[in-house]
Amino acid sequence: MARIAGVDLPKNKRAEIGLTYIYGIGRSTALEILKKSKVTPGKKVADLSDEEVATIRAIIQNDYKVEGALRSETQLNIKRLMDIGCYRGLRHRKGLPTRGQRTRTNSRTRKGKRKTVAGKKKAEKK
Amino acid sequence: MSRSIKKGPYVDTKLQAKVDALNKVNQKKVVKTWARDCTIIPEFVGHTFAVHNGNKFIPVYVHEAMVGHKLGEFAPTRIFRAHPGVRSEKSTSPA
Repeated sequence: MARIAGVDLPKNKRAEIGLTYIYGIGRSTALEILKKSKVTPGKKVADLSDEEVATIRAIIQNDYKVEGALRSETQLNIKRLMDIGCYRGLRHRKGLPTRGQRTRTNSRTRKGKRKTVAGKKKAEKK
Repeated sequence: MSRSIKKGPYVDTKLQAKVDALNKVNQKKVVKTWARDCTIIPEFVGHTFAVHNGNKFIPVYVHEAMVGHKLGEFAPTRIFRAHPGVRSEKSTSPA
């Protein structure tokens, strides 16, 4: 069982995919790490030797910000925006999109599930 | 696309001149400005700007964390008054 950065990697996946289960590591970072540790990307996670796991772990620990540290960094960045009271911060506070997208329709990712407003008139046919 | 590094940050020349003059005599005065697109540079820290929002001037006190942002980001131009029905919901779950 390979355990890196506090995450269990799936045994029966290729190493390049398995590494992406760690928050902060995507496909390209995974390949980068494997290249540095000289592991074939196609090797299954279960087939990795202990030394290989150790080198991968060391590389991630030294060169990459992952999991908790990365999450707290993004949270701090958002908090900074909210604290200085700039436009992006205000949008974060209200839970609306921050990059100027339309909000008349869509933007459901930020706004969450639809809240129906009572008494809103539907367009009538004339 | 971000601005070319060669040019450096965009700073309104007239506003910069005013701030430089204030810095020279170590004074702090509210500077009225319409230059919402002017980047906040370290020299601006500690000053208060009255930034126009299209209707009136919003006082903006600049601190270090604001450097690199634009003055206009701190003077919202739109007002949103809550929908009549949503008010009770908002008070129960603040964003």
